[in-house]
Amino acid sequence: MPDDGASQAKAAPVTANGVAAAQETKRQRVRVLVRALGMLPVLLILCLGFHFLSEGRFFTGQNLGIVLQQAAVNTVLAAGMTFVILTGGIDLSVGSILAAAAMAGLTISKLPEFGLLWLPVAVLTGLGFGVINGALIALLRLPPFIVTLGSLTAVRGLARLLGADTTVFNPSIPYAFIGNGSLTLIPGVASIPWLSVIALLVIFGSWLVLRRTVLGVHIYAVGGNESAARLAGIKVWAVVIFVYGVSGLLAGLGGAMQAARLYAANGLQLGQSYELDAITAVILGGTSFVGGIGSIWGTLVGALIIAVLSNGLILVGVSDIWQYVIKGLVIIGAVALDRYRLQGSART
Amino acid sequence: MSDPILEMRGVSKSFFGIKALRTVDLTVYAGEIHALMGENGAGKSTLMKILSGAYKPDPGGEIRIEGRPVQIHGPLGGRAAGISIIYQELSLAPNLTVAENIYLGRELSRSGLLARGTMRAGVGPILERLGADFTPSTLVAHLSMGQRQLVEIARALHVRSKILIMDEPTTSLSAAESERLFALIRQLRAEGLAIIYISHRMDEVYALGDRVTVLRDGRLVGSLDKSDIRADTIVRMMVGRDVSSFYKKDHDPEAGKGHPVLAAIDMSDGQRVKGCSLTVHAGEVVGLAGLIGAGRTELAHLIIGAAPKISGRLELEGRPIEIRTPGEALETGIAYLTEDRKALGLFLDMSCLDNINLAVLGDDARLGWILDRDKARERADRAFTGLSIRAANPGVPAGGLSGGNQQKVLLSRLLAIAPKVLILDEPTRGVDVGAKSEIYSIIDNLAKSGTAILVISSDLPEIIGICDRVIVMRSGHIAGEVKRTETSPLNQEDIMALATGMEHLDA
Repeated sequence: MPDDGASQAKAAPVTANGVAAAQETKRQRVRVLVRALGMLPVLLILCLGFHFLSEGRFFTGQNLGIVLQQAAVNTVLAAGMTFVILTGGIDLSVGSILAAAAMAGLTISKLPEFGLLWLPVAVLTGLGFGVINGALIALLRLPPFIVTLGSLTAVRGLARLLGADTTVFNPSIPYAFIGNGSLTLIPGVASIPWLSVIALLVIFGSWLVLRRTVLGVHIYAVGGNESAARLAGIKVWAVVIFVYGVSGLLAGLGGAMQAARLYAANGLQLGQSYELDAITAVILGGTSFVGGIGSIWGTLVGALIIAVLSNGLILVGVSDIWQYVIKGLVIIGAVALDRYRLQGSART
Repeated sequence: MSDPILEMRGVSKSFFGIKALRTVDLTVYAGEIHALMGENGAGKSTLMKILSGAYKPDPGGEIRIEGRPVQIHGPLGGRAAGISIIYQELSLAPNLTVAENIYLGRELSRSGLLARGTMRAGVGPILERLGADFTPSTLVAHLSMGQRQLVEIARALHVRSKILIMDEPTTSLSAAESERLFALIRQLRAEGLAIIYISHRMDEVYALGDRVTVLRDGRLVGSLDKSDIRADTIVRMMVGRDVSSFYKKDHDPEAGKGHPVLAAIDMSDGQRVKGCSLTVHAGEVVGLAGLIGAGRTELAHLIIGAAPKISGRLELEGRPIEIRTPGEALETGIAYLTEDRKALGLFLDMSCLDNINLAVLGDDARLGWILDRDKARERADRAFTGLSIRAANPGVPAGGLSGGNQQKVLLSRLLAIAPKVLILDEPTRGVDVGAKSEIYSIIDNLAKSGTAILVISSDLPEIIGICDRVIVMRSGHIAGEVKRTETSPLNQEDIMALATGMEHLDA
């Protein structure tokens, strides 16, 4: 970094302005770095701390596999939530959509002739609910909080309805490997759970969309300044429907992952309060609650922090009750961080 | 006349080293209506905000009320000194009743409970005195703008203000409501209140003013007594300054005779724009002048489809076109630079590069979808050199740039689509002098290359300095057009006369 700064200063015209500009760039680069790395140091400290406190049981191949697997579904939900929060919105309905998608998928999986279709059905169910959310928000101009609070309840009801309010089992569900199998990287040495592979693919796909496509820039633009986006000719309504559609679709995928893992789904219990973990992951990851600022990599780190916290607290032997208290405090700390970050940004 | 109720001596105010007000004197007597005039930005609002306590004046000046020197601290200080202000945007809570609004912040209570009955009873006589046709328990949301103004006046009377400041009170009133307001103001004058009346409109100043004080560029130009109030005198006092040489107008002055590029015919939005038509020719720079609130920005928004129109049609190069959204305007080649670049133009957290490329991302993209980052970088680099944007590199967030550089970033976004028509709304607002002259030469060069340009500006020297002809709006209508002739160049007096509606009064 210091070398970089010096060459910058040399390249610029040798004036006070040039040097000041170079310093300014450097400061901005540090700021960008802090924002991008954000909570990564926290994640590493947590891992090391739990490793030490649990007397060396954290960094074992088996335990890391468990952490990755536990983080997978929340990572997928949080990726969708990142799209939504980047536009300045919120999606409270992902837990309910996850349950409804899992119920729809399991129901289809039990039909002998259509069993194999259960996976796309689950994902498309999620997409459908997401698009309805988006359409209500974009076209009727209702506040996202209200709309998704409504669908949180309504879709939960539909999920119970789908299974006639019982638990649906299917011990021979197709594609069960995505829930419980692992992808072998080096035979006998390293493998990675399929759930985690899916989560990482989702993160990578999200990064592609957000950073490498026109739509991605439009998402950031809508979150950064909606009126300016409209005047700049961006179809704000289409962007809004898209982000809620993505959130719904990924909640549907999350539902499929859960169904494959459990061979079962219950419309009442599955996915309860998952939306809170997803939102926490996004905010921990440095995405601003008002929209326009944030990255998908931050979200991955945020989701991992939550999984490490849960896993580590269990390893250390903290009671279930205290886990709630600690996680709650982490949410508040995350929002405080969000405030702090905004103060340092260009927003005036 | 008796002793003055308000005396300001040598009051100054600077913001970050820029003098908004320079040693201004103002003397107001009880029982007079004192009109305060000046162009936009002349310092009227700053002066009033000092009196209300919103701004703290620079040390050195003195304010006396009824002969006693006072320090006004915060909004409560103004009220305590006996000064009430009625702002253009009224400051009432629409969800509360009339009585609750009048008592806001000074609620009466009896053993901790709100004494609603007493408050209603306390407001009744004042409303009666003002001739109000609503009761103290009416919700403010149910009142018209004129009635709301009455509530504001009632609030001022209720705290026994001796000085009432009204900032363009008729802006949102109908003609009938304005008449009633004038009658009320005269009644208050008869009751011994001092009224400072800020207005741009000559007819109002004629009708009401006992004296007129004119400000220009933060300085006191002078005061006139009623017998000396004459339109031409006031206009000369308001504008009289030199047009410096830093405006640039090298493009073909005969461009107005070229082919028409944009024609807007009979545009109306049902509120602020009433049947406006205008034409801009290729290579021509046309000014759109008028006072704040005359409907200039609203007309521009109608043209680019940012607001719904109830009538009107557009022609581009002689062919009728239909524009429903700002996106469609950009596609047809009409670009609009907003007057409020922070709220409506730039994405402050996004890089200059993204800001510049935003309008053409789709055209540049591979497969219509994947960002072409090389093209984007080239375009941003070209904009940085072409418009001499000063920032460390195109990757820095636009919010960190100075006003002038932000404006150039926004302008680059519009120029990226190679517009046929460019509408610039206050292109140099909040921009330093150096960047101003750069923006003028950018405008001049665009005109040379054949772009049709419409410049909305409240800065008259700027309009005169860069435009070929000037269309003037007043109260939602096109009031007229000022053209340059062989014998006389464009001049500020003609434009101000049209903008304030004085051409009738002098005739």
